[in-house]
Amino acid sequence: QMGLAENQLCFNLIHEWLLKNPEASICTAQGAAEFRDIAIFQDYHGLAEFREAVAKFMGKVRRNRASFDPDRIVMSGGATGAHEMIAFCLADPGDAFLVPTPYYPGFDRDLRWRTGVKLIPVVCESSNDYQITIEALEAAYETAQEADIKVKGLLITNPSNPLGTIITKDTLEALVTFANHKNIHLVCDEIYAATVFSQPEFTSIAEIIEEDKICCNRDLIHIIYSLSKDMGFPGFRVGIVYSYNDAVVSCARKMSSFGLVSSQTQYLIASMLADDEFVDKFIVESRKRLAMRHSFFTQRLAQVGINCLKSNAGLFVWMDLRRLLKEQTFEAEMVLWRVIINEIKLNVSPGSPFHCSEPGWFRVCF
Amino acid sequence: MVLMLRNQELLSKIATSNGHGEDSPYFDGWKAYDSDPFHPTQNPEGVIQMGLAENQLCFNLIHEWLLKNPEASICTAQGAAEFRDIAIFQDYHGLAEFREAVAKFMGKVRRNRASFDPDRIVMSGGATGAHEMIAFCLADPGDAFLVPTPYYPGFDRDLRWRTGVKLIPVVCESSNDYQITIEALEAAYETAQEADIKVKGLLIPNPSNPLGTIITKDTLEALVTFTNHKNIHLVCDEIYAATVFSQPEFTSIAEIIEEDKICCNRDLIHIIYSLSKDMGFPGFRVGIVYSYNDAVVSCARKMSSFGLVSSQTQYLIASMLADDEFVDQFIVESRKRLAMRHSFFTQRLAQVGINCLKSNAGLFVWMDLRRLLKEQTFEAEMVLWRVIINEIKLNVSPGSSFHCSEPGWFRVCFANMDDKTMEIALSRIKTFMLQHKEAMVPKKKLCWQTSLRLSFSSRYEDIMETPGSFMSPHSPIPQSPLVRART
Repeated sequence: QMGLAENQLCFNLIHEWLLKNPEASICTAQGAAEFRDIAIFQDYHGLAEFREAVAKFMGKVRRNRASFDPDRIVMSGGATGAHEMIAFCLADPGDAFLVPTPYYPGFDRDLRWRTGVKLIPVVCESSNDYQITIEALEAAYETAQEADIKVKGLLITNPSNPLGTIITKDTLEALVTFANHKNIHLVCDEIYAATVFSQPEFTSIAEIIEEDKICCNRDLIHIIYSLSKDMGFPGFRVGIVYSYNDAVVSCARKMSSFGLVSSQTQYLIASMLADDEFVDKFIVESRKRLAMRHSFFTQRLAQVGINCLKSNAGLFVWMDLRRLLKEQTFEAEMVLWRVIINEIKLNVSPGSPFHCSEPGWFRVCF
Repeated sequence: MVLMLRNQELLSKIATSNGHGEDSPYFDGWKAYDSDPFHPTQNPEGVIQMGLAENQLCFNLIHEWLLKNPEASICTAQGAAEFRDIAIFQDYHGLAEFREAVAKFMGKVRRNRASFDPDRIVMSGGATGAHEMIAFCLADPGDAFLVPTPYYPGFDRDLRWRTGVKLIPVVCESSNDYQITIEALEAAYETAQEADIKVKGLLIPNPSNPLGTIITKDTLEALVTFTNHKNIHLVCDEIYAATVFSQPEFTSIAEIIEEDKICCNRDLIHIIYSLSKDMGFPGFRVGIVYSYNDAVVSCARKMSSFGLVSSQTQYLIASMLADDEFVDQFIVESRKRLAMRHSFFTQRLAQVGINCLKSNAGLFVWMDLRRLLKEQTFEAEMVLWRVIINEIKLNVSPGSSFHCSEPGWFRVCFANMDDKTMEIALSRIKTFMLQHKEAMVPKKKLCWQTSLRLSFSSRYEDIMETPGSFMSPHSPIPQSPLVRART
């Protein structure tokens, strides 16, 4: 299985921590006295200690170049629920979000299925390493105008899935300027923030906001976060919507009733992420192990003539197999994909479900 | 004003509406409690919370079980080896052992008169998420569900807010102990027809919140026949199934289906379940949609991605509910303690002249305070409610927030506090009743007043378009937004 973006490299650290911290669980002898209060706790604000610990963690992951307000942290049913929730808050059925390609296929369901919202691709290409250009943004925006579709926001995934690259600070500022100019929302999915394992360093939208250097209406800025990738806990369904817009925080909080984080899990996470020593160690060690794994994998691929997009984040590489296509078409890509699954016996993800504009690229998880 | 306009531009219609329903007095009481919560030593004069339907009576049994079963947790020395596999488990089918344990539990709660297929069990974000999910699966924006009144205020948000689905009340009245009549059903259905609204289903909570009563088997069969005939869905919210503490015994829709005695299209039958009330675990967000319709199971399963149960919690619940001895003991003990608490509470109320609807389930009673109203209006109910909150210092829930057609009824929860707090609550009630003996409307006069049929404006479209607005205590004319009553 190389098609599932999971982070399994640091579970020994977690295991060690659990054994040393039995009070973090409401089921241990040490923690069971808390069981009742936690089991009945269904307040959609979430446990204060949970929000504080998550806010602190988010700051540390961003090398404390930004700080997060626990009162702006809203829970959701995983990142899946967070994306749907932000769409429900910001857009009406028929409205659209712009999304740079290639993008995570789940967005098609999460942002559109029950909301009636549309996604309009902002085409990015390998020729410039998939950087988001103003031309591409304007083209996408105009497509919407011509089709009489109201654009409500731009969704950027940073670090990128499936590319594993980060958006430069300059580009980020340009995106803020673009969104402000058009008076549309900027939704930043930063769920891979802690998977940045080498230079260049990651710049969060939160840093841009706090720097306050460029003109920006904070009511347009929202962050989607989760512990699924950074901590490796997708099963725990810890999704976060962090908005600089008070009305969005208020509305999202009410909507969070449809997907609150289990109080049992909030309690565990609150304890784990409050442990500064552990968190600092985890972040450093996770980076190190990801860097090693990435380096090892890409070097061995290069040795057999397979190149990947240069990347410094994520749990996957963006593999260039264009040379192996019989012809530069998506049909040929599918043919190659079947060979990879049936003959090489590896499950990888072909570029077309990611809405990639060029055939021959595959996302491979490591 | 400027901020509102800006929000209206920037945010969605759903976000700027009040479809979240929090303007309802149901939530106002919570706010009063939040700002002055009772505490036996730190704030003995504070507001006692009797508006929250929680089941706190059996936590000692849970505690005992936890200490005996450390392997049920992925955080203990005994369970930590499982941590990784559970932490990465995000399959929307859910852990097989979780589904099996829940299916078994659901059967036991129904005295094994019905059995449940683990493969039909779909997770959701609590019962809140389950209700929204079933609405998304069965109805389009503009379609409607029929719901017997009085009903849980959260339905207005859960079934309508983000789905665009409407709720049409099926009026039930105290005169026949709120039984759902075919006449009331047909009236509600016809109202929809006349307004050109497509009815997609009938939602019946059984046992009832706020009444604490169960639907008789005969009525249940009649409801199945009604829905089959109209070819609409029957959604049975059975989240209080294990809180039935005395006769008559509870009949689940699952029994009707399995008996197979009456004609029924199973594709129309769905059950909403949760561990929030029966086990007392609302924080764990264990919501279940159980459908006899394969396509609904399939669709709901995909939608469950938006509100899966934390795998850590699935693992714990799987272990706990697989323990037959513990479950059997828990169910019996829970019933016993609820019965005792209910009996104690209702008897003490009767002693001071307060009657409640006869009930045998739920975590609350439906208290009849009509005699205390200055006049039989919802305005008077609000006045009385404020007195109860501000003077007696109890948070209870006024009937109007449950869409009750008759003023003067209040839902009062009794299972979320210890004996001492219950005693304090009762003594406050007693004091109040003694002080206000003269204020009570004599029974004779009351009968005459309630024989009047309140005439309802059929401002139907307005009400359905502005969810929650009629619930506000600030409404100039608190008319009940219900169907014109048919004799």
